[in-house]
Amino acid sequence: MPSVKDLAEKTIAVTGGHRACAGCPEPMIARWILMSSDRPVIAALATGCLEVCSTIFPYTAWNVPYIHVAFENVAAVASGIVTACKALKKRGEYDKEVNIVAFAGDGGTYDIGLQALSGALERGHRFVFVCMDNQAYMNTGIQRSGATPHYAATTTSPAGAQAKGKPQKRKDIMGIVAAHGIPYAAQAAPSHWKDLLTKAEKAFKVDGPAFLNVLIPCNLGWGFEPEETLELSRLAVETCFWPLYEVENGKVKINYKPRHKVPVVEFLKRQRRYRHLFEGDHKELLEEIQSEVDQNWQQLLSREALSAA
Amino acid sequence: MVATTVRKRRPAILTGEHFMLGDHACAEGALAAGCRFFAGYPITPATEVAERMAERLPEVGGLYIQMEDEIASIAAILGASWAGAKSMTSTSGPGFSLMMENLGLGIITETPTVIVNVQRAGPSTGLPTLVGQGDMMQARWGSHGPYEIIALVPWSAQECFDLTVRAFNLAEEFRTPVLVMTDAEVGHLTEKVVIPPADQIPIVNRKTPTEPPERYRVKSWDEELIPPMPKAGDGYRVFVESLTHDERGYPVMHWTAQERLVRRLIKKIQANRERILDWKERDIEGAEVVVLSYGISARVATRAIAQAQEKGIKVGSFRLITAWPFPVERVREIAGKIKGFVVPEINYGQMVLEVERAAAGQCRVLLVPCAGGRMHEPEAILEAIVAVAEGRPYDPFEAASAWLSAKPVKGRED
Repeated sequence: MPSVKDLAEKTIAVTGGHRACAGCPEPMIARWILMSSDRPVIAALATGCLEVCSTIFPYTAWNVPYIHVAFENVAAVASGIVTACKALKKRGEYDKEVNIVAFAGDGGTYDIGLQALSGALERGHRFVFVCMDNQAYMNTGIQRSGATPHYAATTTSPAGAQAKGKPQKRKDIMGIVAAHGIPYAAQAAPSHWKDLLTKAEKAFKVDGPAFLNVLIPCNLGWGFEPEETLELSRLAVETCFWPLYEVENGKVKINYKPRHKVPVVEFLKRQRRYRHLFEGDHKELLEEIQSEVDQNWQQLLSREALSAA
Repeated sequence: MVATTVRKRRPAILTGEHFMLGDHACAEGALAAGCRFFAGYPITPATEVAERMAERLPEVGGLYIQMEDEIASIAAILGASWAGAKSMTSTSGPGFSLMMENLGLGIITETPTVIVNVQRAGPSTGLPTLVGQGDMMQARWGSHGPYEIIALVPWSAQECFDLTVRAFNLAEEFRTPVLVMTDAEVGHLTEKVVIPPADQIPIVNRKTPTEPPERYRVKSWDEELIPPMPKAGDGYRVFVESLTHDERGYPVMHWTAQERLVRRLIKKIQANRERILDWKERDIEGAEVVVLSYGISARVATRAIAQAQEKGIKVGSFRLITAWPFPVERVREIAGKIKGFVVPEINYGQMVLEVERAAAGQCRVLLVPCAGGRMHEPEAILEAIVAVAEGRPYDPFEAASAWLSAKPVKGRED
């Protein structure tokens, strides 16, 4: 990771003055990620919170070449940009070394964008795909997505007499992406910014597709106070709800292991999307969530051990 | 905010007077018509339909699934329909575009289902939160190949309810996907909605085979225009085919089969046009100008019409309720008696083409365009009415530019 002093001297690629909700870390994370690039950047954005809040003309926050595409196709458009740069270079009409980065939310990654993402990863284009994972469709008003965790309430997986929030578990997007055998995939969180910057830097350096899955605590959708964003991010990591790890050329490495794993209920009880689990007796559901977190963590540990062997 | 309150189970038909959102009225209309399966994907400004269904379907023993995109959403409702459920999805512009291939699948497999399109301003992502009526021709021709379609256009929250009920009835009767082409303004209007008692809501259910499976014989299409629809799992041989097929559903790779199938798909709707067609007309007798419109534009037009009548111009109104099929005969008849039609729509000329076709040169047909993101100013419609009444020239592009230059342009800093 470059020193903080070096970073401070970099051009701000995503400026302030955007329209993100108070307490939203997305523009900050986008800025950090672009700061980590050693080359000029071309950014492609899928429809989503980051696109909406940073680009309402004439107030664009982007100081780099920028394209907003449709909801489902950012990885495909990025593929086109990468390939065009390559083709132009071959013909001697373009001589820059650039990094191409695609940003999408969890909807544009886990759900509607998965086909385009999978195709781009399989074709092996040299680009970085960043998933801003706030765990639901926050931009359209909090509908469940493939990233919404078990028992979290959204407007389309409501909690009430008939249902206890989302009945399904979230997709293991890191597993899906890593299964493409790409050189680099990593999961990060804004509370651990040095780790995030290191991962972004690595992602930009690899020769092939790289994937970053960044947790975005969303005060509107998760239901907490705007000033608690980083605290929620930290709790997600400390409870192992959101492990910080990377898969580099097939090898799993956990970047942070909490000395004392905090019970997941400490993370859950701070958010209104889980409020129904704390009204009445839902001990067994809370235990189920804990055991899922434990199981994922154990699996990750054993995958790491296997990689080290 | 995420709803976590525990609510009492409500019945499927919420008989009574409500102060209700247009999008919610679509959902309630669907439930009243017997819809018990909804698959959808969040998209502004149609999300409230999905949210209402997510909340309501579990209360009435139905099923709501949120899919991974709109392609999956429409595919799921086609599947659900073949499993015997009345099914629906809702979407807006970009999602409607994604649904087009599967809309054709619904047409060729003759699957009753309902698609609500709460139109927003396009093309592409366009103005996601703001109104448009730019999908009217896409509704007619969006999927590839020759076919007929039924599309209804509500102009109020009440009609969101009524026409969604009707959409289900038409879908069931004619075994075809039916479109409800509402728009962001109508979808987001909250106004009075009266839901009648269950016995006053007409319900049509699809025709199913009458003989038991072992004695069931597929009839020739010459004998029946709309074949009965068995449901998967009832013991009938169900062969659902997207390829050109014969009566049994088996694919036939020959132009003769194509001619037979496609002609019947078109004929089953065309032959029943009279029963499907619906519109509302006012003051047509003796009118010199008729404003033909639909959806929210028709509501704006009522003001322009009143203004013109104050000026002493004889103006009638013609509001489309079925956009497709289009009431060609009646429009042609009116065209022979008036100076011209004025057609305000929030696009750059779609239904107006159909009016021109129907009018067949008998009178003037003026489009009052609007690219979307807003409704017309009533005065813009009035201008066109006066132009027809006084026989003055009218250029829709110039008229629209004049309205634009009267406003400071947002989003440009010269």
